[in-house]
Amino acid sequence: MTKKILTYVDHHQGKVQPSSWEALGVAASITGDLGGETASLILGKEVESLAEEALQYGADQVFLADEGQMAEFRPELLAAALKQVALDYQPDLILMPTTSRTRVLAGMAAVDLNTGVLVDVIDLDWTGEKITAVRPIYAGKLLASVTCDASPVIITLRGRAFAKPEPDPARTGEVVQVDFQPNEDIPVSEVLEIKAKETGVSLTDAAVIVSGGRGTANNPSLDPPADLSEDEAEVWKARQGFQLISELAEVLGAAVGASRAAVDAGYIPYDHQVGQTGKVVAPDLYIACGISGAIQHLAGMRTSKVIVAVNKDPDAPIFNLARFGVVGDMFEIVPPLTESLREKLES
Amino acid sequence: MKIIVCVKQVPDTAAAMSVEDGKISWGDASLIINPWDEFAVEAALNLKADHGGEVIALGLGSEGETEAIKHALAMGADDAVLISDPDLGTADNLAASQVLAAAVEKIAGADLVIFGQQSVDSETGMLPGQVARLLGWPSLTLVSKFLEANPEESELQVERAMEEGNQIIKSQFPAVVSVTKDYGEPRYPSFMGIRKASQAQYPTWSLEDLGMESPTPVVTWVEVKEPPEREIVTEIIGGETAEEKAQTLAEKIMEEKVL
Repeated sequence: MTKKILTYVDHHQGKVQPSSWEALGVAASITGDLGGETASLILGKEVESLAEEALQYGADQVFLADEGQMAEFRPELLAAALKQVALDYQPDLILMPTTSRTRVLAGMAAVDLNTGVLVDVIDLDWTGEKITAVRPIYAGKLLASVTCDASPVIITLRGRAFAKPEPDPARTGEVVQVDFQPNEDIPVSEVLEIKAKETGVSLTDAAVIVSGGRGTANNPSLDPPADLSEDEAEVWKARQGFQLISELAEVLGAAVGASRAAVDAGYIPYDHQVGQTGKVVAPDLYIACGISGAIQHLAGMRTSKVIVAVNKDPDAPIFNLARFGVVGDMFEIVPPLTESLREKLES
Repeated sequence: MKIIVCVKQVPDTAAAMSVEDGKISWGDASLIINPWDEFAVEAALNLKADHGGEVIALGLGSEGETEAIKHALAMGADDAVLISDPDLGTADNLAASQVLAAAVEKIAGADLVIFGQQSVDSETGMLPGQVARLLGWPSLTLVSKFLEANPEESELQVERAMEEGNQIIKSQFPAVVSVTKDYGEPRYPSFMGIRKASQAQYPTWSLEDLGMESPTPVVTWVEVKEPPEREIVTEIIGGETAEEKAQTLAEKIMEEKVL
């Protein structure tokens, strides 16, 4: 039976989360197998250019609400618009990337449409009557196959789990302006300010990640300023360690990650934590420096394509997952590694 | 301020998980409060310290599932409720949020419902949005700071995290909030707290107590399995000097064609 699919294009002020386009690749493979059509929903302000992009990435048509009140992420308002479009378009499946925003939106949509959400899915199969989705649980220590009996099925897709389609500049389609009628009963929050983050590659989208652990504070040749307390001196040392990691990350266009131990000790903000109570990542290349590999950390990065470990302790569990290991001091290994990779990538 | 903090019991994050006879097993690992919920309890206790009121821990689970509630009480929660019903064994997110929303209404008068950002077992993070929607309250997820919290004036300002930066949001009471690890270290339960928690009496509510029918879950777990073993041959890079090791490693990385 042919399928109608609605994809939600998640973005911040017009900057699209790359995995939004991955959803269109998934939609294309489903409609390619079973027949059907795909529409994309774009909600925001001055986001008309995204409509064209969505068509190029594979949408057959686009629902667009381009309004001042949608300039910032306000979930109550966006959920109401999503509900209106879903009731009108009647999709069998709603696809979203998994992001901080869609975790709220998808949940609200499930309530509004009285259905279920399959969250952070890494694999899909619709050969049978129902769609079956695979999602990691316990930070990927286990995998669950899940189905949803209600319609539309809402699925959020883990970033980088599905290939991003090639945009086709020749593709066109209809852009339907949504005549959004907000429901006055909803208390809608007001966004007063955006505190932008220091620029850098986000962990969940990164193709390459360089991470640091406790070992970042273990450079014996460093002399911290004398007026620091013991804890402060440790953090001061770790910052120098993470400086080396950032330099390597910059050369590789990589995101900077960290173990929980490093975050809990105050070496680096929580944003960077990889693992069971941080972010679960699966880059093409993961370079772990001074990370021994607690089970919670390994769970968060074990599906990375190529893992490289640099650690002083030859018995560190991280080496069990590593394709390449260097037993040595990260302070001696990382700087020449950075230089060597810089030369190779420049030539 | 009346605050309900939702807590869940999960296997210790250090547990190596496995599947035995189709069932999830955590071996002999202990059961703990969902680590993310500790930040939620911490936030609730700090708000109470600043504004007065009470903190009620709300759990959902089978009858013996007391670890999370006990921990919240030991940290300083004033009271607790456990929702437990044999018919909730297969509850999906929507059913769980309907039950929690009903409990929030039965407790009555709450200004805030606070969650951890998600649970470390099923990891959906759906409940804060869903419970808020069911109650018709604003949903403020991934909050790291409460900048303003005055229920009398219905002034609520928080900082919430997104991938690209943080939003400063002005909202209103009552609201549903989820709290991230950035909120700040949760306190350890005191000795007195642990003793108090071990003797605490709190009600267990069934679906009937909530005036609810058995929910029909729409999401079904068909199968749980262990991920396929990865065949990894580890190559330890040798060399006389650090420079030599680094040079060889760089060559090996380039050969993998991942850059």
